[in-house]
Amino acid sequence: MYTYNDFDEAFVRNRVEEFRGQVERRIDGSLTEDEFKPFRLMNGLYLQLHAYMLRVAIPYGTLDSAKMRQLALIADKWDKGYGHFTTRQNIQYNWPKLTDVPDMLNALADVGMHAIQTSGNTIRNVTADHFAGAAADEIEDPRPVAELLRQWSTDHPEFQFLPRKFKIAVTGSENDRAVTKAHDIGLRTVRNADGEVGYEVIVGGGLGRTPMIGKVLKEFLPKADLLPYIEAVVSVWNILGRRDNKYKSRIKITVHENGIDKIKELVEARFAEIRPQFSGVDQKMLKAIVAEFAEPDYKTGSVDGYEAARLANPAFRSWTDTNLAEHRNSEYAIVSISIKKHGETPGDASSDQMRAMADLGEKYSHDELRISHEQNVILPHVHKSDLLAVYEALRAADLATANIGLISDIIACPGMDYCALATARSIPIAQEIATRFDELKLEHEIGQLKIKISGCINACGHHHVGHIGILGLDRAGVENYQITLGGDHTETAEVGQRAGPGFSADAVIPAIERIVETYLEQRLSADEPFIDTYRRVGMDPFKTALYPETKAKSAA
Amino acid sequence: MSKKPFSQIVTANALIEGDVIYFTAQSTWSRDIADAELFTDPDRANAQLALANSDQSVVAGVYLVDATAGEDGPEPVHFREDFRMTGPSNYHHGKQAELS
Repeated sequence: MYTYNDFDEAFVRNRVEEFRGQVERRIDGSLTEDEFKPFRLMNGLYLQLHAYMLRVAIPYGTLDSAKMRQLALIADKWDKGYGHFTTRQNIQYNWPKLTDVPDMLNALADVGMHAIQTSGNTIRNVTADHFAGAAADEIEDPRPVAELLRQWSTDHPEFQFLPRKFKIAVTGSENDRAVTKAHDIGLRTVRNADGEVGYEVIVGGGLGRTPMIGKVLKEFLPKADLLPYIEAVVSVWNILGRRDNKYKSRIKITVHENGIDKIKELVEARFAEIRPQFSGVDQKMLKAIVAEFAEPDYKTGSVDGYEAARLANPAFRSWTDTNLAEHRNSEYAIVSISIKKHGETPGDASSDQMRAMADLGEKYSHDELRISHEQNVILPHVHKSDLLAVYEALRAADLATANIGLISDIIACPGMDYCALATARSIPIAQEIATRFDELKLEHEIGQLKIKISGCINACGHHHVGHIGILGLDRAGVENYQITLGGDHTETAEVGQRAGPGFSADAVIPAIERIVETYLEQRLSADEPFIDTYRRVGMDPFKTALYPETKAKSAA
Repeated sequence: MSKKPFSQIVTANALIEGDVIYFTAQSTWSRDIADAELFTDPDRANAQLALANSDQSVVAGVYLVDATAGEDGPEPVHFREDFRMTGPSNYHHGKQAELS
């Protein structure tokens, strides 16, 4: 894992003190709110409905136990004893006092963390596959490159006043777990015909008001060209991107309005200009970063006990069936800890739970933890002989819910319970869906089904790429929920189709039940997941189930 | 459709805590919506909005919003303001915890 050098340390500490001064000047009245706002946003501080919110970057979702424990300490000391993990692999604190924020940032700096560029019109926290460095299907660990991008983009003088925010995601695997096609730039690690490793550069994806799947800008970018090429892309957009209308400012609109060929031409020209300025220092730095992400010193031992425990303990077996993923080392497994207990807030962990996870990471996962964009926590390297002990400890911390990938493993943005931009609540809808399907004891029967909920059109809850997407809106002063079907966030990314008119808060859970009943009736077998059934049969049967009156009327 | 009579309050967030506050008839800030001054005259509302906004070392994000006269004082019209005066629905935090 990357550890701060003297430069990083000094940079982050200076930024904390600079912000401390800005807060003091705000409080003594020398700065108005309008003047202060850009400064606080540059440091991840929002003002929401009931309080401030501090968004802390967890670069590419990677943590060690010391960082996780510090997040718990911050939650206890300056917040209400919990934190909210987000779809950008960040953590948000919902109740900080303005006067405490500089101390919170200082406490983050103590463990090599910060909240820089988690907001504002800058390059945001670079996200990566949460199984990076562990996944069996990986070509190369994407995190060193994500770290290089973090260093390059932090305080990059050309990119501090971009037309709008800019999000980059990197994956090292064929299976895209980093939603690269819905990012401003998505990087997919690929091999060319000669077997060399490089990147497929995808540009102009994004969700929000105008959802778009990214287009391939470069099929194979040699590794050494990464920074100059990405710099060329952002530079072209920085000039071309629209500043007159914030709904048209993201690069997806620039690509859409100018066409991918024109963008390609401009990027290549700019790249030719700046490539010679890169002396190779970046590659030297990358080499040093790569060394910090060396594979753990795997242990070896018998895994027979694991199989025996699975046979003897049905609850443990069920958890291993849903919450484990294949590790590249066959004696190991990747553990997903569900932060989605039925009826609880998706992505929220108490400080006690954070400490319990930190302990497990330290003891059983080579001191590594990850935050997934699906708002869960990952123990990336657990020897199979330790899985039962991990499971028992998770049970004790109320973290052993066996629902990864199932209907109750819902992505939900904070919605109008916290967010000043929201048009409706998302958390209660997620809680009710999870509770309802738990009561029905149906979720294992239903199998893989991704529900994603956003409380406004900005789509922080990724609803467009949920198999079932739910968008909360304000319809004439009442919360109303639109449903989309058929979205996909993976390498076969697709934007879901709107099913029809929205539902009231009371009617949305029964509507989800009708969708699920229809799927269970229509599927060829239990092996056909929801998304495949939807792709085979299309929208019609679901529409009939959702809007029986309309169908009856049109038939009459 | 007939136009609804003008009926608004001034609200903001406190600068330090960030919690929801309301502007009173005495031109002070209260944590309780019941203490808010309900304006029926747009001119008075705008004048008080300007006055409230001049309190920059105490508040952030000052705005006028619809409210109606209830038994114990002004009440919100839109559900967003309902949540602001209550707190989040997933935890007993915010005003619902502090004012009870």
